[in-house]
Amino acid sequence: MTIQNIKTTRRDFIAGSGLVIGVAIAPKFVSAAPAGVHAGGDAALAPINAFVKIGTDDTVTVLSKHIEFGQGPFTGLATLVAEELDADWSQMRAVHSPTDNKIYANLMFGLQGTGGSSSIANSYEQMRKAGAAARAMLVVAAANEWKVPTSQITIEKGRIRHAASGKESGFGAFAEKAARLTPPAEPKLKDPKDFVLIGTELPKLDTLGKTNGTAIFTLDITPDNLLIAVVAHPEHFGATVKSFNDAEARKVEGVVDVKQVPSGVAVYADNTFAALKGRDALSIEWDLSKAETRSSEELASDYRKLFGEKGLEATNNGNIDNAFKAPGLQTVEAEIVFPFLAHAPMEPLDAVFIKAADGSVDIYNGAQFPAMDQAVAAKVLGLDEAKVRVNTQLAGGSFGRKAQFGSPYMQEAAAVYAATDRTRPLKHMWTREDDIRGGYYRPMYAHRMRGAIDAQGQITAWEQVIVGQSIMGKADLDPTSVEGASNLPYTIPNLKVSAHNVQLSIPPLWWRSVGHTHTGFAVETFVDELFQKIGKDPVEGRLALLGKKPRHAGVLKKAAEMANWGSPVPEGRARGVAVVESFGTFVGQIVEISVGPEGAPRVHKVWCAVDCGVAVNPNVIKAQMEGGIGYGLGAVLFDAVTLGKGGKIMQSNFHDYRSIRINEMPDVAVEIIKSGENPSGVGEPGVPPVGPAVANAWRRLTGAPVRQLPIVNIVSA
Amino acid sequence: MVTFTLNGQERTFDGDPDTPLLWVIRDFEKLTGTKYGCGVAQCGACTVHLDGMPRRSCVTPVAMIEGSEVVTIEGISGTEADAVKTAWTGLDVPQCGYCQSGQIMSAVALLQMVPKPTDADIDGAMAGNICRCATYHRIRAAIHNAASSMEG
Repeated sequence: MTIQNIKTTRRDFIAGSGLVIGVAIAPKFVSAAPAGVHAGGDAALAPINAFVKIGTDDTVTVLSKHIEFGQGPFTGLATLVAEELDADWSQMRAVHSPTDNKIYANLMFGLQGTGGSSSIANSYEQMRKAGAAARAMLVVAAANEWKVPTSQITIEKGRIRHAASGKESGFGAFAEKAARLTPPAEPKLKDPKDFVLIGTELPKLDTLGKTNGTAIFTLDITPDNLLIAVVAHPEHFGATVKSFNDAEARKVEGVVDVKQVPSGVAVYADNTFAALKGRDALSIEWDLSKAETRSSEELASDYRKLFGEKGLEATNNGNIDNAFKAPGLQTVEAEIVFPFLAHAPMEPLDAVFIKAADGSVDIYNGAQFPAMDQAVAAKVLGLDEAKVRVNTQLAGGSFGRKAQFGSPYMQEAAAVYAATDRTRPLKHMWTREDDIRGGYYRPMYAHRMRGAIDAQGQITAWEQVIVGQSIMGKADLDPTSVEGASNLPYTIPNLKVSAHNVQLSIPPLWWRSVGHTHTGFAVETFVDELFQKIGKDPVEGRLALLGKKPRHAGVLKKAAEMANWGSPVPEGRARGVAVVESFGTFVGQIVEISVGPEGAPRVHKVWCAVDCGVAVNPNVIKAQMEGGIGYGLGAVLFDAVTLGKGGKIMQSNFHDYRSIRINEMPDVAVEIIKSGENPSGVGEPGVPPVGPAVANAWRRLTGAPVRQLPIVNIVSA
Repeated sequence: MVTFTLNGQERTFDGDPDTPLLWVIRDFEKLTGTKYGCGVAQCGACTVHLDGMPRRSCVTPVAMIEGSEVVTIEGISGTEADAVKTAWTGLDVPQCGYCQSGQIMSAVALLQMVPKPTDADIDGAMAGNICRCATYHRIRAAIHNAASSMEG
């Protein structure tokens, strides 16, 4: 679905626009025990609409239908509202909205959810309308009170004025009255040339609490009498509990109970350390009869066997077979193997369950698909969905990890809670080991590439076969397996892309930028190799084939300009280029590398140009490019989850599933292409180009193409 | 029974002496700014100051801190802490924010020891703190900004 297709219908808008103007109350009593943040914010604020609450203290609270886990929706959505409301940035606040698949649907998904770099894209018009509607209602309320025509009312920086009479007010004084008015059906939106907040570097709303320790994440929720639960999981995918002995675990001071649950053995304790110590003391025999027993190496070998077989066709332009038979061709072939990748967000998965007096349950968690978590938890707990409230909390990262169809994490957490008598609140948490070994990885993939170059030095044919799991669980072609390859941006007359789906018991999942994590690497390294073969400059060569892709060309030219491409590169260094479109956003990157102390690439500098349409907050966009570059670079350099002999998971924590660290982070310069296109996302698109850009620089520096990731394994092999 | 000071207040703990300081601070003292990230001193999210030095609280048994002074993100104060927090908000360093308490505790300790750190000093002091959002670029800039602000 393209951004342009997304139009909030009047019906949708009204469904999601019970304006909530409200009354501020005295600060709540703050208990010593950190409590979860109730979704929807202060219940005492009377609604202006489903997305906007205004307090008598003039604060404007935006109810974010998207989870804030670092990509900036709190700030972005509040900016959209504030712009049309003519609010002052200092009065803006943001909280997570309640769970509701209709009112708070992601307009691209049709259900409430965050992902696919869609938060700003799908909210751009909807949140502006919410702000414009609230503004219109405040204008009417003020005009009624002051007995003047609405046309004579102005609002600027949060102040409502009537110039002729000299009357002036903040929003709070009219909040309640405005809330009782009927929202306008089609509030008028500003002409973008009149924007005063959109396009400026407004400070982020969530920075302060994340700088002084007061921001509350799920793991921080510590009600009195809390029970902590951890689950012992197997070391093989598909293994189940055959038998266990909990005698030693039960002796641990603070351990309250031990129970078998579908995913393993749960230990319940009065504090976290006791739970962990109790889990360590368990003795469990696992049934491996249905477990995956192949190693990563054996899987790669099995994947390669599929290259020659007929696959699921994604693209077939021209005539690939004839093209490769043409006389006088040079052909280039490459096979590239990508490992499983864990997301490893800083906060491992967790959830808190608290039963209310009426038997209903509040769940606090970093919910990326909150209504799915709600449905799953309700089923496991044997409650009506209306009796389960999912309160979305700030989450310590996700990168896709928390966006799971069927909410398997919530299945486990709710099962652990359901196994208790529910008299005590319960926090279920994963440790880092659970996280790294927990599956739901970016799947392993193998690509086979073939390219043909004719006597004139033109690339005439491109064939690409992609083997791996279907993230979407499809039996037929999964678009996420081939995205970025099937729609190759380069004009090549004969293009064939096909895929093979592989079934494994290792659960797959999207990982920041999904298919582009591997297709971007394969496409951008292979095309670069072809250019090198032809003797073409990597920037000029790309531009020559991007005639039909002006936005790709635009970011590439900008990155080249930033890097002063063509200027001498310091001795011992080389530069590499890549340009990738993902989620409707175009990113070009040029990197400069040398051989680092470990013999692996040392990346000194990244020049990054991004075209994401209207830049709602350039500061957030730059931050996402910087972070995406670091996240992608760390994975390409260091990361793999591997299955050893017999299928045992080999990694367990940050010592062997390395994260990029500050000393490995390059200097990053970001420029944003000025654009009037509707905004597209920035959470993921910074990731795909950095890997291939580094690999391209590496090949040019050392002569060695990167055929297997992570790079550190090749250089240390 | 272990007695120590936490953010200037005397506290006692009479549970399992093996309990890591991290869980004493979080579960028993209910100060949750200090985070769990790995449990094995690999990520630095649990960094506190123990007698003025940065310490990974996840691998510090509470039995080891008898008589010590513990300072967490909630209690950190002084010239360096103010400069670091101001620089952090000025550059909007945090993304998800989960690791940032640990980053700030390490950065404050660095500036207390080296008021004008070089990039190499920053690498040395901060390489133990993982940020999966990779806010490193801004962390480095914020530390330099904090150092500059303390000069003036």
